[in-house]
Amino acid sequence: MSRLKDLQKNLFGGTTSNARQFGMIFTLVAIVVLFQILTDGLTLRSDNLIALFQQNSYILILAIGMLMVIVAGHIDLSVGSIAAFTGIMVAKAMAEWNLPWPVGILFGLAIGALIGAWQGFWVAYIGVPAFIVTLAGMLLFRGGNQFIGNANTVPVPEGFRVIGSGFLPETGPDTGYNNLTLLLGLAAVIAIVWRELKGRRTRKEMNAEPIPMWISILRMVVMVGVIVFVTLRFASGRVGTSFPVSGIILAALVLAYSFYTRNTAGGRHIYAVGGNPRAAELSGVKLKRVNFYVMMNMSVLAALAGMIFVARSAASGPQDGNGWELDAIAAVFIGGAAVTGGIGTISGSIVGGLVMALLNNGLQLMGVGTDRVQIIKGLVLLLAVGLDVYNKRQGRFSIIGSITRSFHRDTPAVPTPSSGAEREPAKTTVAG
Amino acid sequence: MSDVPILLEMRSITKEFPGVKALSDVNLVVRAGEVHAIVGENGAGKSTLMKVLSGVYPYGSYDGDIVYRGEVSRFGDIRASERAGIVIIHQELALIPHMSITENIFLGNEPRKNGAIDWKAANRQALELMARVGLREDPDTLIKDIGVGKQQLVEIAKAFAKNVKLLILDEPTAALNEDDSQHLLDLLRGFRERGITSIIISHKLNEIEAIADRITIIRDGHTIETLDVKGDGVDEDRIVRGMVGRELHSRFPDHEPKIGEVFFEVRDWTVRHPISAERLVAKHSNFVVRRGEIVGFAGLMGAGRTELAMSVFGRSYGVYESGTIYKDGKEIVLKTVADAIANGLAYVSEDRKAIGLNLLDDIKTSTTAAKLSKITHHGVIDEVEEYQAAEAYRQSLRIKTPTVDEGVNKLSGGNQQKVVLAKWMFTDPDLLILDEPTRGIDVGAKYEIYGIIQRLADQGKGVIVISSELPELIGLCDRIYTVSEGTITGEVARQDADPENLMKLMTSTKKMQTR
Repeated sequence: MSRLKDLQKNLFGGTTSNARQFGMIFTLVAIVVLFQILTDGLTLRSDNLIALFQQNSYILILAIGMLMVIVAGHIDLSVGSIAAFTGIMVAKAMAEWNLPWPVGILFGLAIGALIGAWQGFWVAYIGVPAFIVTLAGMLLFRGGNQFIGNANTVPVPEGFRVIGSGFLPETGPDTGYNNLTLLLGLAAVIAIVWRELKGRRTRKEMNAEPIPMWISILRMVVMVGVIVFVTLRFASGRVGTSFPVSGIILAALVLAYSFYTRNTAGGRHIYAVGGNPRAAELSGVKLKRVNFYVMMNMSVLAALAGMIFVARSAASGPQDGNGWELDAIAAVFIGGAAVTGGIGTISGSIVGGLVMALLNNGLQLMGVGTDRVQIIKGLVLLLAVGLDVYNKRQGRFSIIGSITRSFHRDTPAVPTPSSGAEREPAKTTVAG
Repeated sequence: MSDVPILLEMRSITKEFPGVKALSDVNLVVRAGEVHAIVGENGAGKSTLMKVLSGVYPYGSYDGDIVYRGEVSRFGDIRASERAGIVIIHQELALIPHMSITENIFLGNEPRKNGAIDWKAANRQALELMARVGLREDPDTLIKDIGVGKQQLVEIAKAFAKNVKLLILDEPTAALNEDDSQHLLDLLRGFRERGITSIIISHKLNEIEAIADRITIIRDGHTIETLDVKGDGVDEDRIVRGMVGRELHSRFPDHEPKIGEVFFEVRDWTVRHPISAERLVAKHSNFVVRRGEIVGFAGLMGAGRTELAMSVFGRSYGVYESGTIYKDGKEIVLKTVADAIANGLAYVSEDRKAIGLNLLDDIKTSTTAAKLSKITHHGVIDEVEEYQAAEAYRQSLRIKTPTVDEGVNKLSGGNQQKVVLAKWMFTDPDLLILDEPTRGIDVGAKYEIYGIIQRLADQGKGVIVISSELPELIGLCDRIYTVSEGTITGEVARQDADPENLMKLMTSTKKMQTR
């Protein structure tokens, strides 16, 4: 039984984020396998995977910013409208002022920053709850989009479309695969092995209890397996398709923001503000500044997401970005963030977003209509959070923990006693 | 006494949580009409025992028997135990701030007529209940508009509305001032005369000694003994010995102060209230701190000690009006908390859970939270350095935890306080302001905290201790300022300090003459 306990502690119940990530990836794999069987192998076909990434990269980009907003204890309902507003502004600017497309992108990011500064000002310095500020923003910028575009569709030039519908180009010897995608996959594999080894070395330097070797190896084998599989799928698609450019933008953002939230003082401050604002303030954290930048950053990412969407659909329209805020918020909560702030990870939110994306995609492949897809997605969100809240109250870990436990009834529960006079109830989190 | 009927008997109660045995074989006998005190260090299992009794942990989740009024009781939830007349009043009051006294008293228990709430009857009954607990207020007053002491009385009135037979009070006086505490204790005496049985859990041993008929001591989940206060000649030392399992010769470690020059001085410090601008929370206050000196701030509740300290600490309270701060002879201006930290100030707040710690954090991130720059290189936090720093404090402050990866919410009050101290020691301060550093922590941990404070002073730092317990200030501090209505009203050296002269200065409103 001690091995099983080790596994639970280090894979699903551990405190290091490596372990949490692994637990979430496990959930994702389970969903993939389920749909792979239900759709007779359609889910993991190259063209479907590529489409899946292209269709969802902008939601995942929003989820990154939304995670930070939610961790800081706020919410942002305006991201869909900001995306639409930025899209029409950029499309118009390129059409009427003949802005070259790279300048167009910078122009769009600047619009996002300005809108973000506006909303951040109200939230941080006036003290209006973000729910209200962004509800106002949602109306404001949706109206702005339709005012400027006259509720019409405005096309964007060819060059601009690369960020939404472009792929890694074909270069080098003919291997039957897309070479650049293969290189990208190789880099990811090296990074994963390097990270695991570095994590072990760090724990050794700390004189902390080491994670059992076999768990490290198991973790690496599974992660590397997933990466190799996905890489080959992306590299072997229809000629001219490969890993999408929007996926590369997303990957870069995920890496950068994960690093920022985990390893820098600025990132720590966001968690501190969400966990206990007054304590953070008395520790020297500049509360207003953190809130301002978190809201501003969200709008910049919303602007980027809007541009990627416009680039993919080749034109900006009045209904762009409808309902995106809810998809992004759902991704963050399925990915384990606490409703009350202070808890959550970027990687968790990405996995949460992928779970939603796969559900959408898998159900569509099975021919389920959008009406029923929405019903199912709603139930999944509720169940995922509900099951986790329930498990937390039982002093158990989370979804996966409870699934494995039902197979091993004699296993003692994870040793997280909820007893004692001085203990606080744990904050409610989801899936990890 | 032994012929007095037994109201409640808990027989060999054992309660296990995954990985820990919170209670093992605990016995408790409560006689009808007595005030029975339960004492023990934090984490000894007092609250768990009360949760078993009140049905929070339902029948079946523990071993042993609860015999109440001669019958074995099987409470499935709190409502079941309340129906039987057992009502528990928790330390954190369960009142709704924006509802009136009447609404709170009858919440979940509303008198009805034809299906609708009968407010006339409710108000009439509320007035009767309020009279029984000695609360004179309009029953329509909102809870948020009355003080903590009166809120406590509303809780007790609420218990009466449920026809209480056994009243359990968990740390009832922890948040109360001297007067309110006294009133509450008098009330308990009155209940005893009227035959209502009460169980009181408290850290304030002098109160227990004054009020309890019998005392049950719990340590590490075991019953140690039950003392008869009248018969056994029980005093505080006797109780402490039972609680910690050893004799504490002195409540303060021996200490030879090494006091140096004045290095910190506040002059003419005046601060306005953050909301009502005409109110001054600090009025022309002057004080100095020497290197290696432990300076006490004595004052009654609401005297403005915390407000004074926090306004000095980067203007984190109130609106600055006038005044200057000198450190090492030079004037410093501290407009933000970050300025204060950068200038070597540290403030350990009186409420560690509400404003001292982020309870979602683990020990190591809490330790470094106030000075991340110390472990940040090229913008990246060095996790190894962080771990090692936290580990060093774990050992030197003897924080009881398996690893520093543990969440701070899992620690006992005393250990949480040590983490907060570690967090501020990590900022390398020259002046530490400790606001109620031993509030709500047990005797053994207090002794350790005193030792830490003395070690900090010996390193040449200045320490200001704000405390409501005069014996603590007299035992620990080299010099004591008294604060009243936001003004320093007096200064007493250690050798001259006694509770009487301090109390006299604490209740005076005359500003101390500047030397």
